[in-house]
Amino acid sequence: MSNKTITILNLYSNDMNIYGDRGNVLCIIKRLERYGYSTELIEYNHGDNFPDNIDIVIGGGGQDSGQSKIQQDLLKIGPKLQKLADDNVPMLMICGLYQLFGRFFKTSEGEIIKGIGILDIETFGKSERLIGNIITYSEQFGDIIGYENHSGQTFLGHEVNSLGRVRLGAGNNTLDVSEGAKYKNVIGSYLHGSLLPKNPAIADFLIEQAVIRKFGKFTKNKISDKYTDQARKITLKRPR
Amino acid sequence: MSKPLVTILGKTVKSFARLRGGGSALPGLVVERIDPNFIKDILSSLPLGVTVISGTNGKTTTTKMVVELLESQGLKVFTNRTGSNFSRGVAAALLSDINIKGKLDADIAVLELDEAHAVHFVDKIPPKFSLLLNVMRDQLDRFGEIDHTANLLRHVANATSEKVVLNRDDIRIANIAKSLDDKKVKFFGIDEKLLKYFPSDDNLHGSKYKNKITEKADVVLSKFHDDYATFTIDGKDITTKLKLNGIYNVFNAAAAIALVRSIIGKEINQKKLIEALSKVTPAFGRGEMLTIDGEPLELVLVKNPSGFQLGLKSFNPSGYATMIAINDNYADGRDMSWLWDVNFSSLANAGVDLVSGIRAYDMALRLDYDEVTIKNVEVDLKIALKNFISINKNQPKRIYCTYTAMTSIRKNLSKITKVEVVK
Repeated sequence: MSNKTITILNLYSNDMNIYGDRGNVLCIIKRLERYGYSTELIEYNHGDNFPDNIDIVIGGGGQDSGQSKIQQDLLKIGPKLQKLADDNVPMLMICGLYQLFGRFFKTSEGEIIKGIGILDIETFGKSERLIGNIITYSEQFGDIIGYENHSGQTFLGHEVNSLGRVRLGAGNNTLDVSEGAKYKNVIGSYLHGSLLPKNPAIADFLIEQAVIRKFGKFTKNKISDKYTDQARKITLKRPR
Repeated sequence: MSKPLVTILGKTVKSFARLRGGGSALPGLVVERIDPNFIKDILSSLPLGVTVISGTNGKTTTTKMVVELLESQGLKVFTNRTGSNFSRGVAAALLSDINIKGKLDADIAVLELDEAHAVHFVDKIPPKFSLLLNVMRDQLDRFGEIDHTANLLRHVANATSEKVVLNRDDIRIANIAKSLDDKKVKFFGIDEKLLKYFPSDDNLHGSKYKNKITEKADVVLSKFHDDYATFTIDGKDITTKLKLNGIYNVFNAAAAIALVRSIIGKEINQKKLIEALSKVTPAFGRGEMLTIDGEPLELVLVKNPSGFQLGLKSFNPSGYATMIAINDNYADGRDMSWLWDVNFSSLANAGVDLVSGIRAYDMALRLDYDEVTIKNVEVDLKIALKNFISINKNQPKRIYCTYTAMTSIRKNLSKITKVEVVK
């Protein structure tokens, strides 16, 4: 292993970590190691000091109780995250943190939960829960596969692109065919599964951006994805 | 339609369903459609009423324990034994046990119900007693969120008329006591030293062991070593040998004792109770031990991250051939995310011999990311099972399997070889 170290920040690992979100962190760490890099994992939880020199930020989903617990703290560190995002730091935000990276979440009772606005998206709580296997297609990443489970419906503003177009499932909302959002190297998505292990194209994108940003170039040596390819093939054939 | 007629019709559907080799819940569904009050009318006639057991993990084995403990006290118990724990399954079980006039010869009904169905059930038939075991992340695609699941159980507790038995060391279960009259609540618990073997959902998801024990529990599991467990019952220590496999089953024994003590009251015969407890074996596929070609084969049912993690903690992989079978049928849960909430690194030294099931490659991928070596992957369970048994002929074997994988394995095992149930 080289002495080149990539530092990964896992946002709110205690409260925003549901449906296998830790698989995303594990995937980034293992793939970086297999590509020959050292890794450092920093778990950030509410009240902690926000660390410097971050190369990748990963965040997950939570229950309502978890979201309300971290919201104030997130607003506090929001400007720091915005600076990192503007500075092309790659980030992946799933479900709950995807929503809170947007402008606001309006609950079904009408309460407005303010987000940090890195992503130009707005989310509205609905009574219907969108649950099941989901397949989306993106020109950059190909078929993106996962599992969605959310009652918030997200709508994209003009400053973001969607991550993919839905082929099976619901995605951001029940009205259009978009799923997820992308601003610079920040990716937001509703997909669990976990997302990265079964979508190595996205994992490698985050890794490549982080390595290039820190060390100038990334040489992608081949690592085995034999189980990944088979798992993807089978998942693509499973019912909703 | 008159009750005897509904009964006869249901029994007929049941025998047809059995001929077809069909599921256990179908006849119950038919009866429920025809007579929605079928279950209520029969169960409300029982002298000790209805007891509901719910929670994420351990319902089936705990229900089996409670039934056997109540029987040790001389009670006739009706239960939904088949493990089909929806109210349809209850109706189906009733059909076997009632006589043609629709009368049930029992003192009490002890029913295992999953959280979502328990809510509907208690709205129709309020239980006298309930036992709430734990709340873990299980099939969240069905229930939404864990706090929501806890609220479903709170609803069951509120509908209970006499006693609610709660897990003191599961924070979400213990909190249910706050909305209940103190006199209605009894706790079971576990000694602080053993708590590390029984991580709650929050412990599994990053938080450290910080459960604060403040409530006094009626029954505490205070020691567990090899096959022996010590329970502190009403302040006195009682040690007994157990046949239960898997430490989480032993904790649920404390739950079962607390519930039976609530039901029987002062009249309880503790000697008979402990004697019965020492003989209880795990339920179908819950740490079950079989013998194949003279070597033990253990089936460990895994349904959710906490259950899988507890299974991995309970059983030492060294010396064993290990197989993992993961299906994603409706009864298993379609979402595979849960595999990423389990830490498999304890299998890294021994490796895994075979990975199978519809989602075999999801499991293989998961193991690969924990650096666990895999000898073979075979999606087809029938072929996989055959290979696993023949390749590891002279070795003890263990299979971790999801629900529908387990039923398929049981079916195929009996075709391959004579299956002997050891305990």
